[in-house]
Amino acid sequence: MMKNTVIYKLLQNDKAGRIVLSALFALMVLVPLSNMLLPPDSFLHVPTYTVTLLGKYLCYALLALALDLVWGYCGILSLGHGAFFGLGGYAMGMYLMRQIGDRGQYGNADLPDFMVFLNWQELPWYWSGFESFTFALVMVMLVPGILAFLFGWLAFRSRVTGVYFSIITQALTYALMQAFFLNDFGFGGNNGLTDFKDILGFDIQANGTRIVLFMLSAFMVIVAYLLCRFIIQSKLGRVLMSIRDAESRSRFLGYRVEHYKLFVFVLSAVLAGIAGALFVPQVGIINPSEFNPVNSIEIVIWVALGGRGTLYGAIIGAVVVNYVKSFYTGAMPEMWLFMLGGIFVVATVYANAGVIIGVILSAVVSSIYAGISTLIGSEINPFVMLFFALGTLYICAKYFDFFWQKSLPFLTTLPLIGNVLKEKVVTSHSEVKS
Amino acid sequence: MSHTPINSPSRKITSILQLSGVTKSFDGFKAINNLSIDIKPGELRAIIGPNGAGKSTMMDIITGKTKPDTGEVTFKDVVDLTKHDEADIANMGIGRKFQKPTVIETLTIWQNLELALAGHRSILQTLFWRLNNDQAKRIDDVIALIGLAEKRDDLAANLSHGQKQWLEIGMLFIQEPEVLLVDEPAGGMTDTETMVTARLLKEISQRHSVIVVEHDMDFVRELDCKVTVLHEGSVLAEGSLDTVSSNPRVVEVYLGR
Ligand SMILES: Nc1ncnc2c1ncn2[C@@H]1O[C@H](COP(=O)(O)OP(=O)(O)OP(=O)(O)O)[C@@H](O)[C@H]1O
Ligand SMILES: [Mg+2]
Repeated sequence: MMKNTVIYKLLQNDKAGRIVLSALFALMVLVPLSNMLLPPDSFLHVPTYTVTLLGKYLCYALLALALDLVWGYCGILSLGHGAFFGLGGYAMGMYLMRQIGDRGQYGNADLPDFMVFLNWQELPWYWSGFESFTFALVMVMLVPGILAFLFGWLAFRSRVTGVYFSIITQALTYALMQAFFLNDFGFGGNNGLTDFKDILGFDIQANGTRIVLFMLSAFMVIVAYLLCRFIIQSKLGRVLMSIRDAESRSRFLGYRVEHYKLFVFVLSAVLAGIAGALFVPQVGIINPSEFNPVNSIEIVIWVALGGRGTLYGAIIGAVVVNYVKSFYTGAMPEMWLFMLGGIFVVATVYANAGVIIGVILSAVVSSIYAGISTLIGSEINPFVMLFFALGTLYICAKYFDFFWQKSLPFLTTLPLIGNVLKEKVVTSHSEVKS
Repeated sequence: MSHTPINSPSRKITSILQLSGVTKSFDGFKAINNLSIDIKPGELRAIIGPNGAGKSTMMDIITGKTKPDTGEVTFKDVVDLTKHDEADIANMGIGRKFQKPTVIETLTIWQNLELALAGHRSILQTLFWRLNNDQAKRIDDVIALIGLAEKRDDLAANLSHGQKQWLEIGMLFIQEPEVLLVDEPAGGMTDTETMVTARLLKEISQRHSVIVVEHDMDFVRELDCKVTVLHEGSVLAEGSLDTVSSNPRVVEVYLGR
C-alpha cells in the first residue's frame, strides 16, 4: 500500500532525506506536545522560547532548500537569496503592521506609527491591500517571484553566468538594503517593521500562536522538500543538471536554457519569500539588515556545509550552523565570523559528514573550555576558544573516515551531552556575571 | 520557432545547408574568411584542414553559437540560421557533436540518451514526462548500437574518452536531426572503433545529411565521400579524397607536413 503513494516514490532513493523528513515530522508533533503537556520543570519540556528558536531555524532551512535547488541542481550561485527572503518578510510585516490598527503609540488607526512620525497624511498606494491576509500571502510569493523573474530574465537572456551572476545578485541585495534604509521609501527605514500585535486575530506573543507558527514552518519545509524532490526526480531535474554540468550541450540538444534557469530561479525565490514570511511573525521584526549581502553569503555556507545538491543537506546545514551560531554569538560574538569562515573553508576542503559533526562538536568543546574557565575562575579568552573550536572542526573533518568506522554511535550522543553542558555553563556563567 | 513552411512536401530542397561568403574575425584575426560551402540533402561530407583552419568555428556558426560578421547561412534553402539561437537551430533538426566529447557526467548513460531523445523540450513537458515503451526500447537499441549495454546505469563520468565519444554520437543519433555535424569523432578510439564509427556514420547518412570533421585520413578514406579542405578560414580544395590529396596546394599546407 505504502509503495503506491507519491511520497514513497519521491523518497525511494533518498535514505538521508527520509531520515531528515521523519525527524522534522517528529519535531513538528513532539515539540508542541512537550511544550503544552509537560510541566515546565520537566527535563523534556520544550520552553516556548525554544519552540520559536526552532521555528526560526526551520525558516532558514526552507531558505537553504530554496538555494540548493538553484545552486545545487542548476549551478546558479545566487548570492542574493537574502533579498527574496527579506521581501517575503516585508510583505508579511506589512500585513502585521496593518493589524496593529490604533494600538500603536500614536493611536492612529489609518497609519503605522513610523508614517505618523514622518508626518505622512495618508497611506502610500503600495501599502493598500495589506490589511488583508490573503492579499499579503499572495504578495509574499508574488513580489520575490516577480523580482526574480525580471532579474533572471535580463541576466539569463544575456547569458550572464558564474561569478558575474553571483556578483550582480550581491549588488541586488545591497541595493535593496540601501533602499529600505531610506525613510522615504516607506517601509520604516532603519527600524523596519516591528511591534506587531496579532496575526489573523491571534496574539502574536501567545503560546498557541507560536506553536502554530512553528508547526507551519516545519510543515512548509516538508512540503518544499517534497516539491523539490518532485522536480529533481523528473526529467526537468535532469535537464537542470545538464545545464549545471554542460550548459552548451543542453542548448545544442534543443533545451531553452534560459527558460529552465528562469523557472527554477523564480520558484526558488518564491520559496525564499515564504521562508521570510514565516520568519517575521516568529522573530517579531523585519528591518533592512535582512538584505545585508553577508546574510546571503551565509546561506551559501549552510548549503555548502550540509552538502550541495542533496536537498536534505541544506536543511541539516542551516539548522546546524544556526544552532552553533546562536551558541557562539552568545559566548563570543566577535569570533563568529572567523568561525563561519573556518566552517566554509573546512566544508569546501573536506566535503564529508565529519564537517557537520565537527561544527557541532566545536560548540561542545568550546562550552567545556568555557565551563572549566568559569570553574577555575579565569577569564574566557575568545582566541583560545576559537582555537579549540576550529581545531575540533578540523580534526573531525580530516579524520572523519576513522571516526566513522570506530565510533559514530558514540559521537551521535555527544551533541545531547553538549546541550546539557551548555545549559549548565550558560546558567552558571550568567550567575557569575550577575 | 520559424513559421516558414520548411517541411512543406511540395517544395524540392536543393541544398540542406548553404554557407555563402561567411566571414568571422576574432580580434581582427579572420578565423573564417569568405567561406562558401553547399551541402545537398542526404549528403555525407568530410571536412579536413590543419589545426586552426576554422573547422570548429564553422560548426559554431552553423549551430548558432557564433554569429558571423558577414555572409549567409541558409538551412533548407529558406531559413536564415544567423537569426536563430542554439536551441532553435537544434530543434529545427541540426545536431552537433563537440570536438571535446561533452556528455552529462553526473547522469547515467541511459539518462544521457533519455535527455537527448527527440521531442519534449518544454518545461511542462519535462516536468510531467513519462517514458513510454517505444521510447524505452529506442534508448535500449541505441545503447546496444554504441556498445554500452553493460554500462547503461553507470555514470557517464566513468566512461573512457572513446566511450564518451560513442555516447555523444548515440545522443546525436537519438536526437533524430536532419543534419549531423560531427567534430572529430574518432579521437580516443582504437583503429577498429574508428572504422566502426566511419561505417556507422555512412549508414546514418543514408537517411540524414552528415558533415564530419576529422584528421584521421584512414577514417576519411573509409567514409568514401566528397571532401572539403579548409585552410585559413576558406575552402582550399573540394572533391574526392584522391583529387584533393593530389592538389599541390593541399599537399603543401596540410598533407605534406
Ligand atoms: N572564441 C574565440 N575567440 C578567439 N579566437 C577563436 C575563438 N574561436 C576560435 N578562435 C580561433 O579561430 C581559429 C580557428 O579555430 P577552430 O577551432 O575553428 O580551428 P579548427 O579548424 O577546428 O582546428 P582544430 O583542428 O585544432 O580543431 C583558431 O586560430 C582559434 O584560435
Ligand atoms: Mg576544431
